[in-house]
Amino acid sequence: MTTAGRRALLGISVALLTAWVLVPLLLVAVASLTTRSQLYTWPRSIIPHPWSLETIRFFFRTQGVLESTERSLLVAVLTILLSVLVGAPAGYALSRFRFAGREGFRLAILATKTFPATILAVPLAVAFISWGLYDTLLGVAFVHTALALPFTVVITTTVFIGVPYELEEAAMTLGCNRLAAFRRIALPIALPGLAAAAIFTFVLSWNEVFAATILTVRNRTLPALVMNSVGALGSGAPLDYRFAAGFFMIIPALIIILVIRRYLLTLWGITVR
Amino acid sequence: MDWLPYALLLPTVAFLSVFFVYPMVQALLISVRGEDGGFTLRHFQAMAQDTYFGDALRNSLVLTAITIPLQVALGLAIALLVNARFRGHEWFLYACAIPLGISDLAAGLIWLSVFTERGYLNAALRGMGWVSQPITFLSPEHPGWLYGAMIATEVWRATAIVMIVLVAGLQLIPKDYFETADVFGATGWRKLRYVTLPLMRPALQTALIIRTILAFQLFATVITLAGRIVPVLAGEAYFQYSQYRNPNVASAYAVVIMTLSMAITVIYLWLLRTRDVEAARG
Repeated sequence: MTTAGRRALLGISVALLTAWVLVPLLLVAVASLTTRSQLYTWPRSIIPHPWSLETIRFFFRTQGVLESTERSLLVAVLTILLSVLVGAPAGYALSRFRFAGREGFRLAILATKTFPATILAVPLAVAFISWGLYDTLLGVAFVHTALALPFTVVITTTVFIGVPYELEEAAMTLGCNRLAAFRRIALPIALPGLAAAAIFTFVLSWNEVFAATILTVRNRTLPALVMNSVGALGSGAPLDYRFAAGFFMIIPALIIILVIRRYLLTLWGITVR
Repeated sequence: MDWLPYALLLPTVAFLSVFFVYPMVQALLISVRGEDGGFTLRHFQAMAQDTYFGDALRNSLVLTAITIPLQVALGLAIALLVNARFRGHEWFLYACAIPLGISDLAAGLIWLSVFTERGYLNAALRGMGWVSQPITFLSPEHPGWLYGAMIATEVWRATAIVMIVLVAGLQLIPKDYFETADVFGATGWRKLRYVTLPLMRPALQTALIIRTILAFQLFATVITLAGRIVPVLAGEAYFQYSQYRNPNVASAYAVVIMTLSMAITVIYLWLLRTRDVEAARG
Protein backbone atom coordinates (compact mmCIF):
# COMPACT_ATOMS: atom_id res chain seq x y z
CA MET A 1 0.00 0.00 0.00
CA THR A 2 1.23 3.50 -0.69
CA THR A 3 2.11 5.81 2.18
CA ALA A 4 -0.77 8.13 1.32
CA GLY A 5 -3.20 5.21 1.17
CA ARG A 6 -1.98 3.94 4.50
CA ARG A 7 -2.36 7.36 6.10
CA ALA A 8 -5.91 7.66 4.78
CA LEU A 9 -6.77 4.22 6.13
CA LEU A 10 -5.33 5.13 9.52
CA GLY A 11 -7.27 8.40 9.58
CA ILE A 12 -10.55 6.73 8.67
CA SER A 13 -10.11 3.95 11.25
CA VAL A 14 -9.28 6.44 14.00
CA ALA A 15 -12.25 8.64 13.10
CA LEU A 16 -14.68 5.70 13.01
CA LEU A 17 -13.50 4.24 16.30
CA THR A 18 -13.58 7.63 18.03
CA ALA A 19 -17.13 8.17 16.77
CA TRP A 20 -18.15 4.68 17.95
CA VAL A 21 -17.09 5.61 21.50
CA LEU A 22 -18.18 9.25 21.60
CA VAL A 23 -21.49 9.33 19.69
CA PRO A 24 -23.48 7.30 22.27
CA LEU A 25 -22.21 9.68 24.99
CA LEU A 26 -23.39 12.61 22.91
CA LEU A 27 -26.76 10.96 22.30
CA VAL A 28 -27.52 10.40 25.97
CA ALA A 29 -26.44 13.97 26.72
CA VAL A 30 -28.90 15.22 24.07
CA ALA A 31 -31.62 12.89 25.41
CA SER A 32 -31.26 14.35 28.88
CA LEU A 33 -31.72 17.83 27.38
CA THR A 34 -34.97 16.79 25.68
CA THR A 35 -38.36 17.22 27.37
CA ARG A 36 -40.31 14.16 28.42
CA SER A 37 -43.14 14.82 25.99
CA GLN A 38 -40.67 14.90 23.09
CA LEU A 39 -39.04 11.66 24.29
CA TYR A 40 -42.40 9.91 24.00
CA THR A 41 -43.72 11.43 20.75
CA TRP A 42 -43.67 9.79 17.34
CA PRO A 43 -42.29 10.69 14.91
CA ARG A 44 -39.39 11.60 17.10
CA SER A 45 -36.77 14.09 16.03
CA ILE A 46 -33.16 13.52 17.01
CA ILE A 47 -32.40 17.15 17.79
CA PRO A 48 -34.69 18.44 20.55
CA HIS A 49 -36.68 21.62 19.94
CA PRO A 50 -36.62 23.39 22.21
CA TRP A 51 -33.63 22.29 24.29
CA SER A 52 -34.71 22.00 27.89
CA LEU A 53 -33.44 21.33 31.39
CA GLU A 54 -36.84 19.88 32.37
CA THR A 55 -35.61 16.28 32.23
CA ILE A 56 -32.52 16.91 34.33
CA ARG A 57 -34.58 18.95 36.81
CA PHE A 58 -37.13 16.12 37.05
CA PHE A 59 -34.35 13.63 37.82
CA PHE A 60 -32.88 15.70 40.62
CA ARG A 61 -36.31 16.37 42.11
CA THR A 62 -37.16 12.67 42.19
CA GLN A 63 -37.30 11.49 45.75
CA GLY A 64 -34.02 10.06 47.01
CA VAL A 65 -31.76 11.22 44.18
CA LEU A 66 -30.00 14.02 46.03
CA GLU A 67 -29.67 11.99 49.23
CA SER A 68 -28.27 8.98 47.40
CA THR A 69 -25.84 11.17 45.45
CA GLU A 70 -24.61 12.48 48.78
CA ARG A 71 -24.29 8.91 50.07
CA SER A 72 -22.39 7.84 46.95
CA LEU A 73 -19.92 10.67 47.47
CA LEU A 74 -19.51 9.78 51.14
CA VAL A 75 -18.96 6.09 50.37
CA ALA A 76 -16.41 7.02 47.72
CA VAL A 77 -14.49 9.23 50.16
CA LEU A 78 -14.54 6.53 52.84
CA THR A 79 -13.36 3.99 50.27
CA ILE A 80 -10.49 6.24 49.20
CA LEU A 81 -9.35 6.78 52.80
CA LEU A 82 -9.62 3.10 53.70
CA SER A 83 -7.93 1.78 50.58
CA VAL A 84 -5.01 4.22 50.76
CA LEU A 85 -4.51 3.67 54.50
CA VAL A 86 -4.64 -0.11 54.14
CA GLY A 87 -3.06 -0.56 50.71
CA ALA A 88 -0.34 2.10 50.40
CA PRO A 89 1.91 0.48 53.07
CA ALA A 90 1.79 -2.77 51.09
CA GLY A 91 2.66 -0.87 47.90
CA TYR A 92 5.58 0.76 49.70
CA ALA A 93 6.81 -2.62 50.98
CA LEU A 94 6.66 -4.15 47.48
CA SER A 95 8.56 -1.23 45.99
CA ARG A 96 11.36 -1.14 48.61
CA PHE A 97 12.04 -4.61 49.99
CA ARG A 98 12.90 -8.02 48.65
CA PHE A 99 11.51 -10.54 51.09
CA ALA A 100 10.35 -14.14 51.20
CA GLY A 101 6.73 -14.41 50.08
CA ARG A 102 6.88 -11.27 47.94
CA GLU A 103 6.01 -13.06 44.69
CA GLY A 104 3.26 -15.04 46.40
CA PHE A 105 1.72 -11.84 47.70
CA ARG A 106 1.91 -10.21 44.26
CA LEU A 107 0.17 -13.19 42.68
CA ALA A 108 -2.54 -13.16 45.34
CA ILE A 109 -3.12 -9.46 44.66
CA LEU A 110 -3.33 -10.16 40.94
CA ALA A 111 -5.86 -12.93 41.55
CA THR A 112 -8.06 -10.78 43.79
CA LYS A 113 -8.07 -8.05 41.12
CA THR A 114 -10.15 -10.22 38.85
CA PHE A 115 -12.56 -11.44 41.51
CA PRO A 116 -16.02 -10.07 41.13
CA ALA A 117 -18.34 -8.24 43.50
CA THR A 118 -21.05 -10.66 42.44
CA ILE A 119 -19.50 -13.42 44.52
CA LEU A 120 -18.72 -11.28 47.58
CA ALA A 121 -21.95 -9.33 47.92
CA VAL A 122 -24.47 -11.99 48.95
CA PRO A 123 -22.40 -13.70 51.69
CA LEU A 124 -21.30 -10.29 52.98
CA ALA A 125 -24.91 -9.16 53.18
CA VAL A 126 -25.61 -12.18 55.39
CA ALA A 127 -22.54 -11.47 57.54
CA PHE A 128 -23.23 -7.73 57.71
CA ILE A 129 -26.68 -8.35 59.17
CA SER A 130 -25.09 -10.01 62.19
CA TRP A 131 -22.21 -7.51 62.36
CA GLY A 132 -24.57 -4.53 62.31
CA LEU A 133 -23.08 -3.27 59.02
CA TYR A 134 -26.03 -4.12 56.77
CA ASP A 135 -27.60 -1.09 55.06
CA THR A 136 -24.81 1.18 56.32
CA LEU A 137 -22.52 3.35 54.22
CA LEU A 138 -19.50 2.01 56.10
CA GLY A 139 -20.46 -1.52 55.08
CA VAL A 140 -20.64 -0.53 51.40
CA ALA A 141 -17.32 1.30 51.75
CA PHE A 142 -15.71 -1.86 53.19
CA VAL A 143 -16.78 -3.90 50.17
CA HIS A 144 -15.66 -1.20 47.74
CA THR A 145 -12.32 -1.09 49.56
CA ALA A 146 -11.95 -4.85 49.13
CA LEU A 147 -12.55 -4.38 45.39
CA ALA A 148 -10.23 -1.36 45.14
CA LEU A 149 -7.33 -2.64 47.28
CA PRO A 150 -5.59 -4.74 44.62
CA PHE A 151 -5.51 -1.66 42.36
CA THR A 152 -4.31 0.58 45.18
CA VAL A 153 -1.47 -1.82 45.96
CA VAL A 154 -0.45 -2.08 42.30
CA ILE A 155 -0.52 1.65 41.61
CA THR A 156 1.23 2.65 44.87
CA THR A 157 3.96 0.09 44.15
CA THR A 158 4.59 1.79 40.80
CA VAL A 159 4.42 5.22 42.38
CA PHE A 160 6.99 4.42 45.07
CA ILE A 161 9.29 2.69 42.57
CA GLY A 162 9.34 6.10 40.84
CA VAL A 163 10.63 7.77 44.01
CA PRO A 164 14.39 7.11 44.26
CA TYR A 165 15.21 5.22 47.47
CA GLU A 166 18.59 7.02 47.55
CA LEU A 167 16.77 10.20 48.57
CA GLU A 168 15.26 8.47 51.59
CA GLU A 169 18.63 6.91 52.46
CA ALA A 170 20.28 10.31 52.22
CA ALA A 171 17.68 11.75 54.60
CA MET A 172 18.33 8.89 57.01
CA THR A 173 22.10 9.47 57.00
CA LEU A 174 21.34 13.13 57.69
CA GLY A 175 19.55 12.18 60.90
CA CYS A 176 15.95 11.43 59.92
CA ASN A 177 14.53 8.18 61.21
CA ARG A 178 12.82 5.91 58.68
CA LEU A 179 9.36 7.33 59.30
CA ALA A 180 10.51 10.95 59.05
CA ALA A 181 12.45 10.16 55.86
CA PHE A 182 9.30 8.66 54.38
CA ARG A 183 7.06 11.50 55.52
CA ARG A 184 9.34 14.35 54.48
CA ILE A 185 10.94 12.94 51.33
CA ALA A 186 9.06 10.05 49.72
CA LEU A 187 5.51 11.11 50.52
CA PRO A 188 5.61 14.59 48.93
CA ILE A 189 7.15 13.19 45.74
CA ALA A 190 4.62 10.36 45.66
CA LEU A 191 1.56 12.56 46.19
CA PRO A 192 0.49 12.99 42.54
CA GLY A 193 0.60 9.24 42.02
CA LEU A 194 -1.30 8.63 45.23
CA ALA A 195 -3.88 11.16 44.03
CA ALA A 196 -4.29 9.13 40.85
CA ALA A 197 -4.86 6.01 42.94
CA ALA A 198 -7.47 7.92 44.95
CA ILE A 199 -9.23 9.13 41.82
CA PHE A 200 -9.34 5.64 40.35
CA THR A 201 -10.83 4.40 43.61
CA PHE A 202 -13.45 7.14 43.38
CA VAL A 203 -14.58 5.94 39.94
CA LEU A 204 -14.70 2.34 41.09
CA SER A 205 -16.86 3.18 44.08
CA TRP A 206 -19.08 5.71 42.25
CA ASN A 207 -19.83 3.11 39.57
CA GLU A 208 -20.26 0.00 41.67
CA VAL A 209 -23.79 -1.33 41.26
CA PHE A 210 -24.09 -4.94 42.38
CA ALA A 211 -22.73 -4.89 45.94
CA ALA A 212 -24.35 -1.53 46.69
CA THR A 213 -27.71 -2.86 45.50
CA ILE A 214 -27.45 -6.03 47.58
CA LEU A 215 -26.07 -4.39 50.73
CA THR A 216 -28.45 -1.46 51.09
CA VAL A 217 -32.20 -1.06 51.50
CA ARG A 218 -32.93 2.41 52.83
CA ASN A 219 -29.47 3.91 52.51
CA ARG A 220 -29.10 3.39 48.77
CA THR A 221 -26.15 4.83 46.88
CA LEU A 222 -26.97 6.48 43.55
CA PRO A 223 -26.31 3.42 41.32
CA ALA A 224 -28.26 1.25 43.78
CA LEU A 225 -31.18 3.68 43.73
CA VAL A 226 -31.22 3.89 39.93
CA MET A 227 -30.75 0.13 39.57
CA ASN A 228 -33.67 -0.47 41.84
CA SER A 229 -36.01 1.91 40.07
CA VAL A 230 -35.03 0.47 36.70
CA GLY A 231 -34.74 -3.20 37.70
CA ALA A 232 -37.72 -3.60 39.99
CA LEU A 233 -39.99 -6.28 38.56
CA GLY A 234 -43.21 -5.01 37.09
CA SER A 235 -42.50 -1.31 37.49
CA GLY A 236 -40.30 1.06 35.63
CA ALA A 237 -38.93 4.56 35.91
CA PRO A 238 -39.90 6.84 32.97
CA LEU A 239 -37.44 7.32 30.15
CA ASP A 240 -36.52 10.89 31.09
CA TYR A 241 -35.45 9.70 34.54
CA ARG A 242 -33.36 6.92 33.00
CA PHE A 243 -31.55 9.11 30.48
CA ALA A 244 -30.84 11.89 32.97
CA ALA A 245 -29.55 9.26 35.43
CA GLY A 246 -27.31 7.71 32.78
CA PHE A 247 -25.92 11.08 31.79
CA PHE A 248 -25.38 12.27 35.37
CA MET A 249 -23.56 9.09 36.38
CA ILE A 250 -21.03 9.31 33.53
CA ILE A 251 -20.00 12.95 34.06
CA PRO A 252 -17.35 12.17 36.71
CA ALA A 253 -15.90 9.46 34.45
CA LEU A 254 -15.26 11.88 31.58
CA ILE A 255 -13.23 14.21 33.79
CA ILE A 256 -11.53 11.57 35.87
CA ILE A 257 -10.28 9.37 33.05
CA LEU A 258 -8.77 12.52 31.55
CA VAL A 259 -6.99 13.36 34.80
CA ILE A 260 -5.55 9.88 35.40
CA ARG A 261 -4.88 8.94 31.77
CA ARG A 262 -1.14 8.68 32.49
CA TYR A 263 -1.78 5.92 35.00
CA LEU A 264 -4.30 3.86 33.02
CA LEU A 265 -1.62 1.57 31.67
CA THR A 266 -0.21 0.93 35.13
CA LEU A 267 -3.58 0.02 36.58
CA TRP A 268 -4.50 -2.72 34.18
CA GLY A 269 -1.33 -3.37 32.26
CA ILE A 270 0.15 -5.98 34.58
CA THR A 271 0.47 -9.29 32.79
CA VAL A 272 -0.03 -12.67 34.42
CA ARG A 273 3.31 -14.45 34.28
CA MET B 1 14.18 -4.58 60.25
CA ASP B 2 13.30 -7.95 58.70
CA TRP B 3 9.77 -7.73 60.04
CA LEU B 4 9.06 -4.33 58.47
CA PRO B 5 7.81 -5.47 55.03
CA TYR B 6 5.54 -8.02 56.68
CA ALA B 7 4.16 -5.40 59.06
CA LEU B 8 3.43 -3.19 56.04
CA LEU B 9 1.61 -6.02 54.24
CA LEU B 10 -0.38 -6.96 57.32
CA PRO B 11 -3.24 -4.43 56.92
CA THR B 12 -3.89 -5.52 53.32
CA VAL B 13 -3.75 -9.21 54.18
CA ALA B 14 -6.01 -8.76 57.21
CA PHE B 15 -8.51 -6.63 55.31
CA LEU B 16 -8.70 -8.97 52.34
CA SER B 17 -9.06 -11.97 54.66
CA VAL B 18 -12.16 -10.47 56.27
CA PHE B 19 -13.77 -8.89 53.22
CA PHE B 20 -12.57 -11.19 50.47
CA VAL B 21 -11.53 -14.67 51.55
CA TYR B 22 -14.17 -14.96 54.26
CA PRO B 23 -17.14 -14.11 51.96
CA MET B 24 -15.85 -16.46 49.28
CA VAL B 25 -15.81 -19.31 51.79
CA GLN B 26 -19.16 -18.16 53.15
CA ALA B 27 -20.70 -18.20 49.67
CA LEU B 28 -19.85 -21.88 49.47
CA LEU B 29 -21.16 -22.57 52.98
CA ILE B 30 -24.43 -20.63 52.63
CA SER B 31 -25.22 -22.37 49.37
CA VAL B 32 -25.06 -25.83 51.00
CA ARG B 33 -26.35 -25.09 54.50
CA GLY B 34 -29.85 -26.21 55.47
CA GLU B 35 -32.16 -24.62 58.04
CA ASP B 36 -30.91 -27.08 60.67
CA GLY B 37 -27.33 -26.11 59.85
CA GLY B 38 -26.57 -29.40 58.15
CA PHE B 39 -25.31 -30.04 54.64
CA THR B 40 -27.90 -29.92 51.86
CA LEU B 41 -28.03 -29.64 48.09
CA ARG B 42 -31.58 -28.32 48.26
CA HIS B 43 -30.58 -24.77 47.27
CA PHE B 44 -28.74 -25.96 44.19
CA GLN B 45 -31.76 -28.09 43.29
CA ALA B 46 -34.04 -25.08 43.80
CA MET B 47 -31.73 -23.06 41.56
CA ALA B 48 -31.58 -25.73 38.86
CA GLN B 49 -35.37 -26.12 38.88
CA ASP B 50 -35.97 -22.38 38.69
CA THR B 51 -37.67 -21.33 35.44
CA TYR B 52 -34.92 -18.84 34.73
CA PHE B 53 -31.83 -20.93 35.52
CA GLY B 54 -31.38 -22.76 32.22
CA ASP B 55 -31.89 -19.61 30.17
CA ALA B 56 -29.65 -17.60 32.50
CA LEU B 57 -26.79 -20.09 32.16
CA ARG B 58 -27.21 -20.28 28.40
CA ASN B 59 -27.48 -16.50 27.94
CA SER B 60 -24.42 -15.83 30.10
CA LEU B 61 -22.36 -18.33 28.13
CA VAL B 62 -23.62 -17.21 24.71
CA LEU B 63 -23.19 -13.49 25.42
CA THR B 64 -19.68 -14.15 26.74
CA ALA B 65 -18.77 -16.24 23.71
CA ILE B 66 -20.00 -13.57 21.28
CA THR B 67 -18.79 -10.39 22.99
CA ILE B 68 -15.27 -11.43 23.95
CA PRO B 69 -13.91 -12.16 20.45
CA LEU B 70 -15.43 -8.86 19.28
CA GLN B 71 -13.85 -7.00 22.20
CA VAL B 72 -10.46 -8.60 21.62
CA ALA B 73 -10.53 -7.83 17.88
CA LEU B 74 -11.60 -4.23 18.42
CA GLY B 75 -9.26 -3.75 21.40
CA LEU B 76 -6.36 -5.10 19.35
CA ALA B 77 -7.19 -2.78 16.46
CA ILE B 78 -7.25 0.24 18.78
CA ALA B 79 -4.03 -0.83 20.52
CA LEU B 80 -2.22 -1.22 17.19
CA LEU B 81 -3.50 2.18 16.03
CA VAL B 82 -2.34 3.81 19.27
CA ASN B 83 1.01 2.13 18.84
CA ALA B 84 1.35 3.67 15.38
CA ARG B 85 2.04 6.91 17.31
CA PHE B 86 0.29 9.22 14.90
CA ARG B 87 -0.18 12.87 15.83
CA GLY B 88 -2.89 13.06 18.46
CA HIS B 89 -2.69 9.39 19.45
CA GLU B 90 -2.84 10.36 23.14
CA TRP B 91 -6.29 11.89 22.58
CA PHE B 92 -7.41 8.86 20.65
CA LEU B 93 -6.29 6.66 23.56
CA TYR B 94 -8.17 8.88 26.01
CA ALA B 95 -11.37 8.82 23.94
CA CYS B 96 -11.24 5.05 23.67
CA ALA B 97 -10.51 4.72 27.41
CA ILE B 98 -13.54 6.77 28.53
CA PRO B 99 -15.83 3.72 28.89
CA LEU B 100 -13.42 2.41 31.56
CA GLY B 101 -15.03 4.94 33.88
CA ILE B 102 -18.61 4.07 32.95
CA SER B 103 -20.63 1.52 34.89
CA ASP B 104 -22.59 -1.30 33.31
CA LEU B 105 -25.72 0.45 34.60
CA ALA B 106 -24.93 3.79 32.94
CA ALA B 107 -23.86 2.03 29.73
CA GLY B 108 -27.17 0.20 29.63
CA LEU B 109 -29.07 3.47 30.05
CA ILE B 110 -26.99 5.15 27.32
CA TRP B 111 -27.78 2.42 24.80
CA LEU B 112 -31.39 2.33 25.93
CA SER B 113 -31.65 5.84 24.46
CA VAL B 114 -30.66 4.28 21.12
CA PHE B 115 -32.70 1.08 21.15
CA THR B 116 -35.85 2.01 23.04
CA GLU B 117 -39.05 2.16 21.00
CA ARG B 118 -38.98 5.97 20.65
CA GLY B 119 -35.19 5.96 20.60
CA TYR B 120 -32.53 7.26 18.24
CA LEU B 121 -32.37 4.16 16.08
CA ASN B 122 -36.08 4.29 15.23
CA ALA B 123 -35.83 8.07 14.76
CA ALA B 124 -32.92 7.58 12.34
CA LEU B 125 -34.68 4.76 10.47
CA ARG B 126 -37.75 6.96 10.07
CA GLY B 127 -35.59 9.92 9.05
CA MET B 128 -34.26 7.77 6.20
CA GLY B 129 -37.80 6.73 5.34
CA TRP B 130 -37.22 3.04 6.13
CA VAL B 131 -39.96 2.68 8.75
CA SER B 132 -43.21 4.52 9.36
CA GLN B 133 -44.04 2.99 12.74
CA PRO B 134 -41.40 2.46 15.44
CA ILE B 135 -40.05 -1.08 15.83
CA THR B 136 -40.05 -2.49 19.38
CA PHE B 137 -36.46 -3.74 19.29
CA LEU B 138 -36.27 -4.65 22.98
CA SER B 139 -39.04 -7.20 23.15
CA PRO B 140 -39.27 -11.01 23.16
CA GLU B 141 -40.58 -10.87 19.57
CA HIS B 142 -37.18 -9.62 18.40
CA PRO B 143 -34.60 -11.84 20.15
CA GLY B 144 -31.99 -10.94 17.53
CA TRP B 145 -32.34 -7.24 18.24
CA LEU B 146 -32.35 -7.86 21.98
CA TYR B 147 -29.10 -9.77 21.79
CA GLY B 148 -27.72 -7.24 19.32
CA ALA B 149 -28.43 -4.35 21.70
CA MET B 150 -26.72 -6.13 24.59
CA ILE B 151 -23.73 -7.11 22.50
CA ALA B 152 -23.35 -3.55 21.18
CA THR B 153 -23.51 -2.18 24.74
CA GLU B 154 -21.01 -4.67 26.14
CA VAL B 155 -18.61 -4.23 23.23
CA TRP B 156 -18.91 -0.45 23.55
CA ARG B 157 -18.34 -0.47 27.31
CA ALA B 158 -15.79 -3.20 27.92
CA THR B 159 -13.49 -3.07 24.88
CA ALA B 160 -11.59 -0.32 26.72
CA ILE B 161 -10.18 -2.67 29.32
CA VAL B 162 -8.95 -5.14 26.69
CA MET B 163 -7.43 -2.24 24.79
CA ILE B 164 -5.57 -0.88 27.84
CA VAL B 165 -4.08 -4.28 28.69
CA LEU B 166 -3.00 -4.75 25.06
CA VAL B 167 -1.49 -1.25 24.74
CA ALA B 168 0.52 -1.94 27.89
CA GLY B 169 1.56 -5.32 26.47
CA LEU B 170 2.66 -3.74 23.18
CA GLN B 171 4.86 -1.29 25.02
CA LEU B 172 6.73 -4.16 26.67
CA ILE B 173 7.90 -5.51 23.30
CA PRO B 174 11.47 -4.36 22.70
CA LYS B 175 11.83 -2.22 19.55
CA ASP B 176 14.74 -4.41 18.34
CA TYR B 177 12.34 -7.14 17.28
CA PHE B 178 10.62 -4.83 14.84
CA GLU B 179 13.92 -3.45 13.60
CA THR B 180 15.19 -6.98 12.99
CA ALA B 181 11.97 -7.83 11.17
CA ASP B 182 12.48 -4.71 9.03
CA VAL B 183 16.04 -5.72 8.23
CA PHE B 184 14.80 -9.09 6.99
CA GLY B 185 12.24 -7.30 4.84
CA ALA B 186 9.09 -8.31 6.73
CA THR B 187 6.16 -6.10 5.85
CA GLY B 188 3.01 -4.98 7.69
CA TRP B 189 0.87 -8.09 7.83
CA ARG B 190 3.73 -10.59 8.28
CA LYS B 191 5.24 -8.45 11.02
CA LEU B 192 1.90 -8.44 12.82
CA ARG B 193 1.36 -12.17 12.36
CA TYR B 194 4.85 -13.44 13.17
CA VAL B 195 6.33 -10.81 15.49
CA THR B 196 3.70 -8.67 17.24
CA LEU B 197 0.96 -11.20 17.98
CA PRO B 198 3.19 -13.99 19.35
CA LEU B 199 4.97 -11.50 21.62
CA MET B 200 1.64 -10.18 22.82
CA ARG B 201 0.46 -13.58 23.95
CA PRO B 202 0.85 -12.85 27.71
CA ALA B 203 -1.07 -9.58 27.36
CA LEU B 204 -3.78 -11.27 25.29
CA GLN B 205 -4.05 -13.98 27.91
CA THR B 206 -4.44 -11.42 30.70
CA ALA B 207 -7.04 -9.49 28.73
CA LEU B 208 -8.99 -12.68 28.03
CA ILE B 209 -8.97 -13.78 31.66
CA ILE B 210 -10.02 -10.39 33.03
CA ARG B 211 -12.71 -9.91 30.42
CA THR B 212 -14.17 -13.39 30.76
CA ILE B 213 -14.43 -13.19 34.54
CA LEU B 214 -16.03 -9.76 34.27
CA ALA B 215 -18.40 -11.04 31.58
CA PHE B 216 -20.00 -13.44 34.06
CA GLN B 217 -20.79 -10.47 36.29
CA LEU B 218 -22.91 -8.98 33.54
CA PHE B 219 -26.24 -7.91 35.00
CA ALA B 220 -27.09 -4.18 35.02
CA THR B 221 -26.66 -3.80 31.25
CA VAL B 222 -29.04 -6.65 30.61
CA ILE B 223 -31.62 -5.51 33.15
CA THR B 224 -31.68 -1.91 31.88
CA LEU B 225 -32.15 -3.06 28.29
CA ALA B 226 -34.32 -6.12 28.68
CA GLY B 227 -35.54 -6.43 32.27
CA ARG B 228 -35.82 -10.15 32.80
CA ILE B 229 -36.66 -11.13 29.22
CA VAL B 230 -33.05 -12.24 28.83
CA PRO B 231 -32.05 -13.64 32.25
CA VAL B 232 -28.33 -13.93 33.08
CA LEU B 233 -26.57 -15.58 36.04
CA ALA B 234 -25.58 -12.46 38.00
CA GLY B 235 -28.99 -10.93 37.33
CA GLU B 236 -30.68 -14.01 38.82
CA ALA B 237 -28.44 -13.75 41.90
CA TYR B 238 -29.68 -10.16 42.22
CA PHE B 239 -33.37 -11.11 41.76
CA GLN B 240 -33.06 -14.04 44.17
CA TYR B 241 -31.56 -11.85 46.86
CA SER B 242 -33.29 -8.49 46.32
CA GLN B 243 -36.74 -9.57 45.20
CA TYR B 244 -37.22 -13.04 46.71
CA ARG B 245 -35.06 -12.57 49.84
CA ASN B 246 -33.42 -15.92 49.28
CA PRO B 247 -29.71 -15.65 50.16
CA ASN B 248 -29.15 -19.40 49.85
CA VAL B 249 -30.21 -19.65 46.22
CA ALA B 250 -28.48 -16.32 45.50
CA SER B 251 -25.29 -17.86 46.94
CA ALA B 252 -25.77 -20.94 44.80
CA TYR B 253 -25.77 -18.61 41.77
CA ALA B 254 -22.63 -16.90 43.12
CA VAL B 255 -20.94 -20.31 43.42
CA VAL B 256 -21.89 -21.15 39.82
CA ILE B 257 -20.39 -17.83 38.67
CA MET B 258 -17.24 -18.43 40.71
CA THR B 259 -16.84 -21.98 39.37
CA LEU B 260 -17.32 -20.88 35.76
CA SER B 261 -14.82 -18.02 36.17
CA MET B 262 -12.20 -20.31 37.66
CA ALA B 263 -12.77 -23.06 35.12
CA ILE B 264 -12.37 -20.68 32.21
CA THR B 265 -9.25 -19.10 33.70
CA VAL B 266 -7.71 -22.56 34.01
CA ILE B 267 -8.68 -23.35 30.41
CA TYR B 268 -7.00 -20.17 29.14
CA LEU B 269 -3.84 -20.91 31.13
CA TRP B 270 -3.82 -24.49 29.88
CA LEU B 271 -4.35 -23.45 26.26
CA LEU B 272 -1.42 -21.08 26.48
CA ARG B 273 0.76 -23.76 28.05
CA THR B 274 0.17 -26.25 25.25
CA ARG B 275 0.86 -23.55 22.69
CA ASP B 276 4.20 -22.86 24.34
CA VAL B 277 5.10 -26.54 24.14
CA GLU B 278 4.20 -26.60 20.44
CA ALA B 279 6.25 -23.50 19.87
CA ALA B 280 9.22 -25.10 21.61
CA ARG B 281 8.87 -28.23 19.46
CA GLY B 282 8.10 -26.28 16.30
